[in-house]
Amino acid sequence: MAIRFVQPSVIPGFRLALGFTLAYLALIVLLPLGALVFRASELGLSEIVSLALDERTFKALEISFVTAFLAALFNVPFGLLVAWVLVRYDFPGRRLLDAMIDLPFALPTAVAGIALTALYAPNGWIGSYAAMLGLKIAFTPVGIWIALVFVSLPFIVRTVQPVLAEVDREVEEAAATLGASRLKAVWSVILPVLTPAILTGFALAFARSVGEYGSVIFIAGNIPYVSEIAPLLIVIKLEEYDYAGATAIATIMLAISFVMLLVINLIQGWARRRFGRV
Amino acid sequence: MRTNSQPAAATEGFPMELDIRNIAKDFGGTAALHGVDLHVASGELVALLGPSGSGKTTLLRIIAGLEFPTRGQVFFGEIDASEKTVQERNVGFVFQHYALFKHMTVADNIAYGLRARPKARRPDEAEIARRVETLLDLVQLGGYGKRYPSQLSGGQRQRVALARALAIEPQVLLLDEPFGALDAKVRKELRRWLRELHDRTGHTTLFVTHDQEEALDLADRVVVMSNGQIEQVGTPEDIYDAPASPFVFDFIGEASRIPVTVKGGVPFIGDRAVSAGSGRRAPDGPATLYVRPENVLVRAGAAGEGIPATVATVHRSGSSRRLGVRIEGVDAVVEAIAPAEGLPLQVGASVAVGLRAPGVFATG
Repeated sequence: MAIRFVQPSVIPGFRLALGFTLAYLALIVLLPLGALVFRASELGLSEIVSLALDERTFKALEISFVTAFLAALFNVPFGLLVAWVLVRYDFPGRRLLDAMIDLPFALPTAVAGIALTALYAPNGWIGSYAAMLGLKIAFTPVGIWIALVFVSLPFIVRTVQPVLAEVDREVEEAAATLGASRLKAVWSVILPVLTPAILTGFALAFARSVGEYGSVIFIAGNIPYVSEIAPLLIVIKLEEYDYAGATAIATIMLAISFVMLLVINLIQGWARRRFGRV
Repeated sequence: MRTNSQPAAATEGFPMELDIRNIAKDFGGTAALHGVDLHVASGELVALLGPSGSGKTTLLRIIAGLEFPTRGQVFFGEIDASEKTVQERNVGFVFQHYALFKHMTVADNIAYGLRARPKARRPDEAEIARRVETLLDLVQLGGYGKRYPSQLSGGQRQRVALARALAIEPQVLLLDEPFGALDAKVRKELRRWLRELHDRTGHTTLFVTHDQEEALDLADRVVVMSNGQIEQVGTPEDIYDAPASPFVFDFIGEASRIPVTVKGGVPFIGDRAVSAGSGRRAPDGPATLYVRPENVLVRAGAAGEGIPATVATVHRSGSSRRLGVRIEGVDAVVEAIAPAEGLPLQVGASVAVGLRAPGVFATG
């Protein structure tokens, strides 16, 4: 589609709005990221690659991305369920529950981390029972995953909720009159409409989880090769005054995140074309 | 176009008669329906007509199983459908706003009901494709199967919705304001087309409308509803020519009112007796006479038979004149239609008025 930049329009201010947007994006997003890549480039490509392949770095990146992915994935059905309950049912305390969803946003992440550690540590409320079963939650990747599930839940709920609220009840009724069971109607008529929103929520939850630091470092235990996340490794490098190394890991994370978000965006574009004809 | 020898569009399900027995529905204390009885013969096309809030849509949704009545039963033929779920009732339902599945092609929309069947009764994909083709032809959308609903006009979408409803070989076809969201021209075309389609497929059909013209034009029988009750059931002619209640007189067509007194079964305007029309008798006492403008006959000159009156207003409208005629002795202006030429009718002229087919109903 050809885009003509200057065209008489009933919506004025296109140039001003675009100019402001680009300037703002450059200042707030591109400039810091540019500085990051610039600092990292002091090392040279081969050094960055060897750093990425260094076992401790590699392991930390793996833990970060795998736990973030699994946390976001887990939150898809769980967040969907929460959104469903909030939209579809009216019950006492619904507004309270609705407000609680945002708590992981509002809570300082360190507080969440301490609270979760207290719960899941081998002497904590839940951790002690898990320990009886021979399970260890805190100070393992499982603990990291739990913290990430906690902080990223609101993303799925908040992206799906408004879309679900807009779903036309008549469409479900139509499916029912055509003989479709409740489950079949939800699966074939509602979920496809929600798919773009679910993917957006997933992408946001994943992105947040990859970068999460505060809530994770307490529960993770930070054992190198086992439960050390990449953001922590960056902090360690910084504390050792290895700025180039820190920015190099950061750049690697940036590159991986960017590629993954791009892929999610492509899937989303496909889903919109496939399901989102509104 | 299909030929008549070919069986119409996958409708092996035979039309079903419909019996509604004493259906009532309360919504949180307010009654939407008070004990409605209605019988619809097999293959009949019936309109539920009424203003918004009259309970017509609620009744339709109860028949479909989308709402459950507070009391009463719905029979499909001999079978009590009251306890059946909407999925089991096998009704074709068409919604005012189409309710198409936007993420599916037209063909997938139509095939939805067939694919939703349990395996044992589900046709194979080739058979489904064949039926979809037949239905697309039936609703005159051959070749549109691969499109999405968003690529169709309103009238086309509603035809897809109808094809989707017909695909499940429904026992009854229920349409909720099917043309309500369409513009006037498309609405008229689609109305005529639906009548033809009904004559070909013969489904027992109920449709809800608030448009009296639509109901009178399209239906075999019209059910006029108001405030959760049936006011009158009859052919379009019955409904228009012999309204059974003041509500029907007012709601269908136009009517003027004249206060009358009924003595010994005969209505009097002042001290002049008028013929009360056929059948209905209002009890003695104060009553209101209803008459349609085309049934008010105006003659020039006060002399001769007729009710003395004076012309109050004159409006030329197209080929005729509309008169407002003030009846002497009572405070009532009656609307009348007179030819554009001929009678020297000016405001203030004395005339004599004759009333045809009036309805007299007790006041209150």
